[in-house]
Amino acid sequence: MLLTILALVPIVGALIVALLKGETAKLVAMGVALTTLVLGVTAVAMSLSGAALAITVPWIRPIGAYYALSMSPMDAILVLLTVGLMPVVMLAEWKLGERWSVRGSTGGFFALALLMQGLALFVFLASDLLLFYLAFEATLIPVYFMIGRYGIDQARTRAAIKFLIYSLAGGLVLLVGIVGLYAIAAQQGQVSLLIGDLAGLDLNNTTGHLLFLCVLFAFAVKAPLVGVHTWLPDTAQSASPGTSTLLVGILDKIGTFGLIKIALVIFPDSMRWAAPVIVVWAVVSMIYGALMAFNSKHLLRLISYTSISHFGFMVFGIFALTTQSMTATIFYMLNHGLSTAAMFLTAGFLIARRGTADINAFGGVQKVAPILAGFFLISGLSALALPGMSTFVSEFLVMAGSFQRYPIHTAVIVIGMVLSAVYVLRMYKTTMTGPVTPQVEEHVSKDLSLREKAAVFPLIVIMLVLGFFPKPALDFIEESSTGFLSVAGVTDPTPQLKEGGR
Amino acid sequence: MINVLEIQAPTVEWLPLLPLLLVFGGAVVGVLIEAFAPRGTRYVAQTVLSLLVLGGAAASVLSQMPNLEPQMVAMGLLSLDGPTLVFWLLLLLFGIGGVALFAERGAGDGQSAFVASASAVPGSPVEREAVRLRREHTEVFPLLLFSMLGMMLFASATELITLFVALEVMSLPLYLLSAMGRRRRLLSQEAGLKYFLLGSLASGFFLYGIAMLYGYSGGLTLTAIAETLNAGQGSYPLLLLGLGLLAVGLLFKVGAVPFHSWVPDVYMGAPTPVTGFMAAATKTAAVAALLRVFYVALGGAAWDWQPLFAIIAIISMGLGAVIAILQDDLKRLLGYSAITHAGFILVGVVGAVEAGEGVTFSSVGSVAFYLLTYGLATLGAFGLLMTVRRAGGEANGIAAWRGLGKSNPVVAGVMTLFFLSFAGIPLTAGFVGKLAVFSSAFQGGYGWLVLVAVILSVVAAYFYLKVVVAMWFQDPEEGSETVVATPSLWVWVTVLVAALSTVILGLLPGGMIELMNNFSGFIR
Repeated sequence: MLLTILALVPIVGALIVALLKGETAKLVAMGVALTTLVLGVTAVAMSLSGAALAITVPWIRPIGAYYALSMSPMDAILVLLTVGLMPVVMLAEWKLGERWSVRGSTGGFFALALLMQGLALFVFLASDLLLFYLAFEATLIPVYFMIGRYGIDQARTRAAIKFLIYSLAGGLVLLVGIVGLYAIAAQQGQVSLLIGDLAGLDLNNTTGHLLFLCVLFAFAVKAPLVGVHTWLPDTAQSASPGTSTLLVGILDKIGTFGLIKIALVIFPDSMRWAAPVIVVWAVVSMIYGALMAFNSKHLLRLISYTSISHFGFMVFGIFALTTQSMTATIFYMLNHGLSTAAMFLTAGFLIARRGTADINAFGGVQKVAPILAGFFLISGLSALALPGMSTFVSEFLVMAGSFQRYPIHTAVIVIGMVLSAVYVLRMYKTTMTGPVTPQVEEHVSKDLSLREKAAVFPLIVIMLVLGFFPKPALDFIEESSTGFLSVAGVTDPTPQLKEGGR
Repeated sequence: MINVLEIQAPTVEWLPLLPLLLVFGGAVVGVLIEAFAPRGTRYVAQTVLSLLVLGGAAASVLSQMPNLEPQMVAMGLLSLDGPTLVFWLLLLLFGIGGVALFAERGAGDGQSAFVASASAVPGSPVEREAVRLRREHTEVFPLLLFSMLGMMLFASATELITLFVALEVMSLPLYLLSAMGRRRRLLSQEAGLKYFLLGSLASGFFLYGIAMLYGYSGGLTLTAIAETLNAGQGSYPLLLLGLGLLAVGLLFKVGAVPFHSWVPDVYMGAPTPVTGFMAAATKTAAVAALLRVFYVALGGAAWDWQPLFAIIAIISMGLGAVIAILQDDLKRLLGYSAITHAGFILVGVVGAVEAGEGVTFSSVGSVAFYLLTYGLATLGAFGLLMTVRRAGGEANGIAAWRGLGKSNPVVAGVMTLFFLSFAGIPLTAGFVGKLAVFSSAFQGGYGWLVLVAVILSVVAAYFYLKVVVAMWFQDPEEGSETVVATPSLWVWVTVLVAALSTVILGLLPGGMIELMNNFSGFIR
């Protein structure tokens, strides 16, 4: 019941906010977001203390679909991310409606964001495949409007359509997978779309592999891997930084989340079958994202390419199929959400001041707006996974966990990490250091306001705390990853110590 | 020399046939009203009468559903089985929606969407006089009822000549109605003529097909053909010819490529209420007949027609979706969308899965469900089209709908809902419809077709989004005079019912799916 309330509060809140106007709408929206935050934290705390929150009610009987929600530790991590980022984004986008390019009020934006949040919570909590799918696809609609109506440049309509078409293509291919699973389940005489029940199907055959590829495609579009990623840079460039934060920080996690919760659990054999190819794809994706970020002249595009790089990292961690890499990947989902949010939002503050996102239009910002520059540096350092930041822990553990199985791939990934240091620091150098250009002098006159500081500061604190004390979180997650891997019937490779040289 | 004494009196099962008789009776009384009632009272009399008979017929169908015993009625010419009742119910539902749209006078300054005097030359003094006197054609209501009668017969006929008669009874009133637009009369008349000429041609093919199948089996009933087929007798070329020609006639009415060329023109030219009714109801009737003929009579030759329908489904979905992208008139766009949907429906037809153990989505059940979702969204969308107007009448150009999200968020929002349902976005009924037809095709062994259909539905989503973009992401045209007229209760209720059902069937489709599945077995 609590889980249902948790997911419904933002949706109902969104409807109320949509009917209100002006400042009231914004304040009510913030109230809803904070209530959801409290509810989310309560739910996670209760599940930690062992309370039974899961709910399973028959929903569409003829096809064995259930209204089923539950919360594993992995779900809990993503729920926390989803409820946590919302007030931050609202705070950062408090004045979005005043932008010239925006076609609606800030209240309208908040309503869409809350709607998206509620649907995303359904995605992360669902333990029925159809419910997962419905919520997954439904999130596209609010995001589509958030990009198209609240975008910050001329190309926003195009970007919104491109986003929706790519996501729909992925989603509908996933639907083929679901239809196929349903047909097989019906054939094997057990009509249920609960993920747990589907895990019992015998899918170790060509049909199973083909259906797996459908599912994989959908999630590869969502957590963009190279080849099906082009929608992300275009979207990030045109959407407001708040939208990008929610999109990349939360919704794109459905890709990696789905790979674990759906693909791994239902298709363990296909997962092992495809792993050697997918890890290469993921590594290529990572290097490609890094190189493209290195090349980008547009701040927001740059950040989106870093995300493509990081998603490559996460997918690699998943397909390495070891407990450690899996735990680290789930932890990385949280950290990446925080880090991207910090990056997008601070970049957004910068762009809002200067009026352009061209990296070369900046220079010497550090001297006129030191706090802004400081925040920008710290969020950049979290993206390049500096030790002490939580992203470092997760990246390090992914590599440690996957080295046993894929030593060469892991070595290549280190190159990607070096590249990320180069592009982040270069971006910082170009925009923040050097002589103050006249345009910067003129436009970037104000440092961060209290509201802006309050938005980003908590993100940085959490990243640092998790960077220095990751143990509790990792222990919590590990329960989940061992669970998933044992369902999948995968065992960790035993360390082999060579005895040579004696 | 026929001995008169040997002719037996036909037996008619009056009670089971009550829905048909009610509609027929209503239509005849409607004609009498036109002949004898004073001009001023006709509008009220006709609308009340039409709604009463359609509602009564629907009630009669519903009352027969609980303890249905599938049987042949009217001397074996009609069938009374699950699909018959389900499709009758759908048709009557769309008919009621159609009557509501026909009766709408509020949106157009107290004038209906129909011409003041159909026989007057467009722009002539006679016409101006008729307009000044506020004349109107209330004959449209009996015409709708006659057409409805034909559709209901079409959905239940088990004998080919009856099927042909039903086809004509259903089509002729529609040809007439299409030509009766108030605005842009020449376009409307052209649409009517085009529909009539091409429709007659298709009827010709249909009749020729009947002749071939008669030659093949020596009988005209579907059962006779099925028996010949199962016994492996008869000439195979005759069977293929008959099958193909019959398919031409039926696919023409369904609006599938390559028999689609009438669809965009007629949809655009016909008065909007007629388009709405026709789009929802004709498709339902034609698909119902298609299912019956091909499953019951030609089920044994499934291997011959399944690949054919699969190909037609693909080109219908593809061509409709691609050409729709280029359209800038909403009625025309919905015409191409109808072609695309004909393709999706055929995806459901191809599987030929019968209800049974482990089958939730029988082909008939899923196609019926799809038609329900499509018909609801169609009626709703055309209802809304009637309310958004400019000085010269309805504003059907997409350009006129720009910025509507800002000026009238309710109309824009509901229209968006219908378009999302057309596109098959989850949480709308359209999604469940797609899920149903895809599942039945998959279970019928056509997984590859589902994959193609999925990819094409992404293309289709693109043109629906174009309209959504115009409404929400763009500014109104310079000096745009688009206004949203306040329609009377008729349109509001229709749109409201359509919108609510679209949401409810999207969230809780279980009961309806089960119902359609339980009533999916043809009598053979």
